[in-house]
Parts: sequence; C-alpha cells; structure tokens
Amino acid sequence: MRVRTTAEVRLVANDLRRDIIRMLEASSSGHPGGSLSAADIMAELWFGGGMDFDPSNPGDRTHDRFLLSKGHAAPALYAAFYELGWLGEEDVMSLRQLGSRCQGHPDNKVCPGVEACAGSLGQGLSIASGLALGLKADDSPRRVYVLCGDGEMQEGSNWEALMFAAHHGLDNLTMLLDFNDLQIDGHVTDVCSLGDIEAKLGAFGWSVQTIDGHDVGAVHLALERAKDAAGRPHAIVCKTVKGKGVSFMEGQAGWHGKAPSHVEAAAALSELEAERARLDQEVCDD
Amino acid sequence: MTNRATREAYGETLVELVGEGLNVVAVDADLAGSTTTGKLGAACPGRLVDVGIAEQDMVGVAAGLSLTGRIVFTGSFAVFGTGRCYDQIRNTVCDSDLDVKVCPTHSGITVGEDGATHQSLEDIGMMRALPNMRVLVPADYRAAKAAIRIAATNEGPFYVRLGRHKVPEVYDESFEGGLPYAGVLRVGSDVTIAACGVEVAQALAAADLLERKGIDAEVLDVFSVKPLDEDAILASAGKTGHVVTCEEHTVRGGMGSAVAELLSERLPTPMSLVGMRTFGTSAPGDVLLHHFGLDAGGIAAAVERHLA
Ligand SMILES: Cc1ncc(C[n+]2csc(CCOP(=O)(O)OP(=O)(O)O)c2C)c(N)n1
Ligand SMILES: [Mg+2]
Repeated sequence: MRVRTTAEVRLVANDLRRDIIRMLEASSSGHPGGSLSAADIMAELWFGGGMDFDPSNPGDRTHDRFLLSKGHAAPALYAAFYELGWLGEEDVMSLRQLGSRCQGHPDNKVCPGVEACAGSLGQGLSIASGLALGLKADDSPRRVYVLCGDGEMQEGSNWEALMFAAHHGLDNLTMLLDFNDLQIDGHVTDVCSLGDIEAKLGAFGWSVQTIDGHDVGAVHLALERAKDAAGRPHAIVCKTVKGKGVSFMEGQAGWHGKAPSHVEAAAALSELEAERARLDQEVCDD
Repeated sequence: MTNRATREAYGETLVELVGEGLNVVAVDADLAGSTTTGKLGAACPGRLVDVGIAEQDMVGVAAGLSLTGRIVFTGSFAVFGTGRCYDQIRNTVCDSDLDVKVCPTHSGITVGEDGATHQSLEDIGMMRALPNMRVLVPADYRAAKAAIRIAATNEGPFYVRLGRHKVPEVYDESFEGGLPYAGVLRVGSDVTIAACGVEVAQALAAADLLERKGIDAEVLDVFSVKPLDEDAILASAGKTGHVVTCEEHTVRGGMGSAVAELLSERLPTPMSLVGMRTFGTSAPGDVLLHHFGLDAGGIAAAVERHLA
C-alpha cells in the first residue's frame, strides 16, 4: 500500500469520521465521541506510514501490531478496516446487530485484524507490553502500538503496565493517549484528575511527547521520533477534542455513548462533507 | 403497564433511604449516570463519591467508608463491578464482613448491543460463592426497590443484581420481598418454572403459552438466590415433581445451580436449566433473549422438552 501524504491522510480521517457516523446511525447505539476524537490518530497509524503492516493480510502477525485498548472506539477501528478492505459495507452497516463481525466492542474471533477482545478498559497496555516483550525475545524488529483513553488511565492496571514496560526497556512499544479530557461522568480533571500526566509518565521511565492529536503531521513526526529513541517505551500524549469534526458533539460528555438520530446524522454528515470539500481543495493546492 | 428497568430504582431508593435518616453513601466508577447513583449525588451532595474508571479502588474506598459507620453502595456495570474487583469484594468486603452493598447495574445478556465483554453472565455464581455475601435478583422495578431496602437495613455484604433492560412490572407497591424469599406468582401442578430477574416476566408469559398446550406450570420468583427460600422451593418441587430454572446468566453456578444443590440434597427432582452456556454477543436485548432461548417461547419449549 502506498503511504499517503499528510494532505491525503487528512482525507482518510474525514472518510473515517463519515463512516463512524454512518455506522452509528445504522446501529442506533454506540460511542461517537471517543471514536471521532481518535480518527486522525487512526488515519495516520494505518494510512500515513505510522505502522508497518501488510494491507493485503489482515491479522498478519509478522508486522507491526495494534491494540485498541479503549474498545468502545470500535467504530474508528472498523472504519479503518473498511477503508483497508478488511471489512465490507454489510459488516460495518450491521454494527452491533446479531451475527455482525462488527461487535459492540472489537472481538478477535469474528473480526480480522483484532488481536484480542477489547471493551474492558485498562487491559490493552498490559497486553501490548506482553506482545512487545515476546517480540523482543524473538529478536523481532516489529513494533507494538496501543491506543488508550485518558479516563482509562485511571485504571490501576495501566500503572502496573507502565512500570513493567519501562523495567523491561520495551522501546518497541508506543502508547498513544487520546487525551480529550472527557470520560462518561464529565471532565477527567473533575472526576479524578491524572495530574501532570507527562511528569508521571516520565517518572515511570517512559519517553514522552505531547502533540495536537488532530494534526496528522504532528502524529506522523511523533511516531517517527518514537522509533528513534532507544531503551525506553514511548508515550505520545495526543491532545484531542472528544467528538472532533461534528460541531454539536465536540467537547460534550453527553455524546460519549449515544448514537445520532437520522436528523443528527444528516447534520453531522453535511458538516463532514463541507470539511471534505475544503480538504480536497488543499490536496489540489499541494 | 409501564416497562421499567431495575436500575431505575437504584438512585431513587438511595435518596429515599437518606430521607429516612439512614447513613447511606454510594461509590461509583464513572458510571453514576448509567447506574443512576447520580440521582443520589444530585439530591444529596456529598453522598456520592466518583472514583473514576477504577473499580478496584471503588470497592476499597467503599470498604474504608463502611469502617466510618456508613452503609455503602457501589456502582459500575455488573461485569466490571464484580469481576474487576473480585478480590477486593472477596478478601476485604466479605472476609471482613463489612457493610458494603455491591449493586452494579447492566447485568446479564440483556445489556445487548455492547456485546460479550459487557454482559455479565457469571456474577451470581461469583457472588454466591462468597461466605457472608447475600444475593438478591429483583424481577422488576418494585422488587429492585425492595432489594435495595433489604440490603440497606441488614448489616453486612449484599449483592443486588440490577439491569438496564426494561421489564414488565410483576409487582405492585406492596411488595417487600424478604430474606429469604421466593414467591409463587402463578399456581400450577405439572411443573415448577423457577426464574429470577428479567426471566420472571418471561416465565409468566411462558406459562401462558404452556397452558394452551395443556401444561399447568407453577411460576416461582427466586428473589433471593442466597439465602435460598428452601421451604418455598421444596414445597413447589414436591408438588409438581419437575423443576425448570431460567436466568439470564450461565447455568454453571447461577440460580439454577443453587436450586439444584438444594434439591439434590433434600428432594432429588428432575430438572432442566435454562440459561447461558457461551459468551454473549451484540444485538438488542430482546433479540438476544430470543436468540439464546431465554424468551417466553424458549422457556416454554424447554419445559416441553423436559416433560416429554
Ligand atoms: C473496566 C471498565 N470500566 C468501565 C467501563 C465503562 N466505560 C466505557 S467507556 C468509559 C469512559 C472512557 O473514557 P476515556 O478513556 O477517556 O475514553 P474516551 O474519552 O476516549 O471515549 C467507561 C467508564 C469499561 N468499558 N471498562
Ligand atoms: Mg477521554
């Protein structure tokens, strides 16, 4: 697969957002906020050269590995897999319905490209650490990527994994933190603050970068830098806006786990279409 | 008749209990809106603690608060509010016999679309296995109110299994439940259908289906799974000679197992267990009840197979 330019990755992110809205509208349930906030990160990882994998071979175990720890953002993952051709229209449009490959939370038994069942928060980083440890033991040059939520970092298990990964010098492990300052019950800073997250991650022995998680160029650079720094696992704190790309969902805790109605979906899709026209223009101007 | 979910009784009842002078507080884990403990927080500031997405901390904090003389209710979804913090529930709450009431919501297969990771199908078994823990599985909104009241007014650990699925109302305001309590909701002579939670309304509908086929089913609501209402269950099984249990939970270790343990020791009776035997999957709750044979039709068919 050709690695896309930054301007093209922006288009992919727009496609992902469109498909996220389409599938959530069809399913009448699911999680728009955290799916939309991760769309740019996912676009860069899967289409901008962030990860090295074989697009013709979903679930290929000889390349880089990915875990969606915040499993409720499944629509963002399914949208990427749809774009890759790993899932078809009937798969994504049957999201959350009986027999669908697109379960409410990713299920490795039915969805190609999913490493392990997700949905119970605070488990992906440990799984990713085990994967990274195993790959290192096998002298594999492959890397492991895990996408976590900021609310999710309240789970104690994550801090066990942070300690473990640093102790074992897992520099083949990169955690992307979707830092949108929202969880279900409100702002993360109000419910139970993570405090100075960069300082904490650093104190746990990780290399830390903080970027704008909607700037695909910045995501690209941060992922490249993470490949260079040896000896320590890498955290990329991606400052994001929950619901990004759909104005009435942006920054609203209420859109964490509520699907858009037909009217709301139509409004969202027309916003995304307008954004697409703007991005198309940028690609032409490039 | 309005259909309501048992979780709708949760926050409301806690507010009532505070109004009646009980020293009740709740600890939730980023699901106060979903469980409805948020209603307690809104009505009685200072009575709700939200620890964030940290179920182990939720139970530990609840244990600590109970040591200051408070009656503490916990939240989260049943799968995380029992499974993620099982060791805290076992070793801190139950072994120390603390006044903590584990009352998460969103139990069972009827959680629906969220899928297997969110459908707690083992919670009755896990909670029932713990010494000092009492287990209540309310069938409707009123039964849920009664269960929360029983938990609040009897010292020590309780598990109350609450749900998100809207269920037809079985009881009126006068229902108080009991400890133990199993109630006959329909008198019959050919077979006992013992149900709990969401399955009680389905069992009643199954009994109607069976009546048309000439099968006279007795329906028993097993409101307290632990302690079991042994007298009520033995009396019904002794009368009908056949027991079919149904629950939106695995048949390995749930309410059906509890009934089987009782009958095997005291009154061996032919039994069939209706429940889950695999993980769940994503679909609307009522679709899943049908898919897994847990709706009225599925229960009726299981009864016919049992009697055949
Ligand atoms: C162990 C566990 N506890 C609770 C939940 C319920 N839950 C699902 S999403 C969520 C909030 C997640 O917030 P965050 O990690 O910040 O994700 P984002 O904002 O990106 O959606 C919660 C509490 C869960 N899925 N797993
Ligand atoms: Mg968040």
